[in-house]
Amino acid sequence: MSSGRSARLAERGPTGRYPEVPGPVPQTPKLTLRDRISGWDVKFSPYVYIAPFFILFGLVGLFPLLYTGYVSLFDWDLLDETHKFIGFNNYIDLFQDDQFYTTLVNTLSIFLLSSVPQIIIAVLLAALLNTNLRAPTGWRIGVLLPYVASLVALGIIFANLFGPNYGLVNGFLELVGLDRIDWQASRFASHIAIAVMINWRWTGYNALIVLAAMQAIPKDVYEAALIDGASAFRRLVSITLPLLRPTLIFVVMTSTIGGLQVFTEPKLFDSMPGSNNGGSSNQFQTVTLYLYQTGFESQHLGYASAIAWVLFLVIIVIAVINFLLTRRLAGTGEKK
Amino acid sequence: MRHQLSRVGTLAIAVLAASVAVTACGSSDGASGGSTGTSGGKVELTIGTFTEFGYEDLLTEYMRLHPNIKITQHKTGEGGPYHQNLFTKLAAGHGLEDVVAVEEGYISDVLARPNLFNDLTKIGPKDVTPDRWLPWKYEGGKAKNGALIGYGTDIGPEAMCYRSDLFKAAGLPTDPEKVAPLFATWQSYFAAGDQYVAHTHKAWFDSDSQTFNAMHNQLPIGFLNTDDSLAMETNPQIRANWDTVTAAGERGQSAKLTAFSPEWNNGFKTGAFATTVCPSWMLGVVKEQAGPKNSGKWAVTAAFPGGGGNWGGSYLAVPKQSQHPTEAAALAAWLTAPEQQIKAFQKTGNFPSQVKALTDPALLSTTDPYFGNAKTGEIFSEQAKKVERAQYKGPGDGKIKENAVSPALQAVEQGKSPQDGWQQAVDAAKKIIK
Repeated sequence: MSSGRSARLAERGPTGRYPEVPGPVPQTPKLTLRDRISGWDVKFSPYVYIAPFFILFGLVGLFPLLYTGYVSLFDWDLLDETHKFIGFNNYIDLFQDDQFYTTLVNTLSIFLLSSVPQIIIAVLLAALLNTNLRAPTGWRIGVLLPYVASLVALGIIFANLFGPNYGLVNGFLELVGLDRIDWQASRFASHIAIAVMINWRWTGYNALIVLAAMQAIPKDVYEAALIDGASAFRRLVSITLPLLRPTLIFVVMTSTIGGLQVFTEPKLFDSMPGSNNGGSSNQFQTVTLYLYQTGFESQHLGYASAIAWVLFLVIIVIAVINFLLTRRLAGTGEKK
Repeated sequence: MRHQLSRVGTLAIAVLAASVAVTACGSSDGASGGSTGTSGGKVELTIGTFTEFGYEDLLTEYMRLHPNIKITQHKTGEGGPYHQNLFTKLAAGHGLEDVVAVEEGYISDVLARPNLFNDLTKIGPKDVTPDRWLPWKYEGGKAKNGALIGYGTDIGPEAMCYRSDLFKAAGLPTDPEKVAPLFATWQSYFAAGDQYVAHTHKAWFDSDSQTFNAMHNQLPIGFLNTDDSLAMETNPQIRANWDTVTAAGERGQSAKLTAFSPEWNNGFKTGAFATTVCPSWMLGVVKEQAGPKNSGKWAVTAAFPGGGGNWGGSYLAVPKQSQHPTEAAALAAWLTAPEQQIKAFQKTGNFPSQVKALTDPALLSTTDPYFGNAKTGEIFSEQAKKVERAQYKGPGDGKIKENAVSPALQAVEQGKSPQDGWQQAVDAAKKIIK
């Protein structure tokens, strides 16, 4: 930032600082307004150019984050005229709240049931798409189609498919001689149903990102491995996965952040329309759904803010764990 | 020189753009409120409604009668988002319409904050007297401190709908007059249910929670005592209803279909249950879900176990935020007059809550071919008069019903014991009123 200005000062010498030195002053031009403006320009304008982003981020990102933290220290109900400061009591209550742990376990369970198969299938799908297919663009658009469909429409359709009495899935199970499953009542079954919904939507999207990274891997590495007699599996493990590492880290991160904030799918899956309960006994209520219910239905904004902050911290912790794991798992071939 | 000037220019533009971005965010909510103002000597009023109130033509008529008033109606499709918006703007202190509609399920939360609304007995026209409405409807719009918060618009008097073809197959009477005794009391209702289940091995009613809510609504106080403490553990009647319904459910009377879910809609088509509680507006739901194929199979009778009941209906209130409360109250009073509510009824089928409207020939002559030409106007007019009192509903009552009791009843249907389900309901209710 200061390189331009200091270079100019160096040319001129230190005259400006010693005006009392007698004798003929060498022709040192004074700093004209033009020079000054030019100096300010070089010094400040980069900040101004980038300012709109930070101002917007501050308004819609940072300020709500901090203000949520502030609200979480109060007993703050929507229609109350005064809000009582209660320190960390909301957090203390939260750590003793059974429903919070239920929703946390639900969230992690749905997250694992969705993200793990999703990324494995996405990598395999990308490997398939990377072979010599006819009409490759058609196939690629094909896997992306579920992502383009409206989330709410998907939610309604899947809730219908998994309907306990008249749903297609149970009809099929009965047809092949299996027992019906109450997808609403059973905790684990409901998590699977919701995970299927999430995977349906996101697998193709992730597959395309992985595919793009796969196509960037130089062919000669594979050719060298072939000459050395590496099998297809060995090539996948020792070449493809390590070279996909940055992409996999990105995919895992985004699906972690998304997976821990699952909201629409469990909300629409509930048989009671508009309900935020996540099933009759919260068996598939996620943390965000609980947060929404607390804040906007029960109108306990302080408590909801505390949930939001704890969720934020949980996401950071899990994202860091995932980052380290992914680096290890996909990093076998590379040293740093 | 030119080069530098252009740089200065860009800098200035960037600063300008940034400051516009900041100020744009700051000034937007003043305009969005749709609140009031006067332009050219005209008083501008706004009114907020959800779903269909049938007020469009009436508002035009009101503006013709009062040339100095200009009305804008804000319509929201669904009740849920509408009321969420209502409470958020109440909290914000500005942005609400001059006249707001409040549904019965949310009225307890509004009545709990009388300081945010105008007392209509003070600012409303003096010729509007309590005897305009059914007594229980009028009482339902009053806050605990006696202030009248809302003028009643419509109601949802309850009758019973039943599948006459299924009744016939089970050896039960099918004629509305002969069916009515089966629905005289809850005891006779569940006894008929046992008979039906024994004959058909099919369910008698759609869900525990629909039936429980109907029974619960007949109690003098709701889930909260008049001092706003939880009544669930202290009022044995609530628990008795719970036990009666869950026992009937365990005897096979419940189809275990959550109301308004896609599965419930399917249940109407497949005849999964033989009876359902029918507030006046439910006829439209039955018609839509059972479809034209089942026309004539559903019937409705002027009987409801345990007397009468009400489910639904709305009020018009004038929030303190309004700049023209007197004009707003006058509009609300005019809209809720019997003459206007009859017109709204003819438009939407919303059943009027005004005594005079209940004897209006236009209402009494209404019949419905789908339900075997039942005289629906007469039936519901009769049912409305059977409601004994407005139930006291403390703040959070509606949420306890929706988010504590109904899910817990669903959990019992899914296999939880009635005792564990009750405990779940009580725990959840305590959390809501916390």
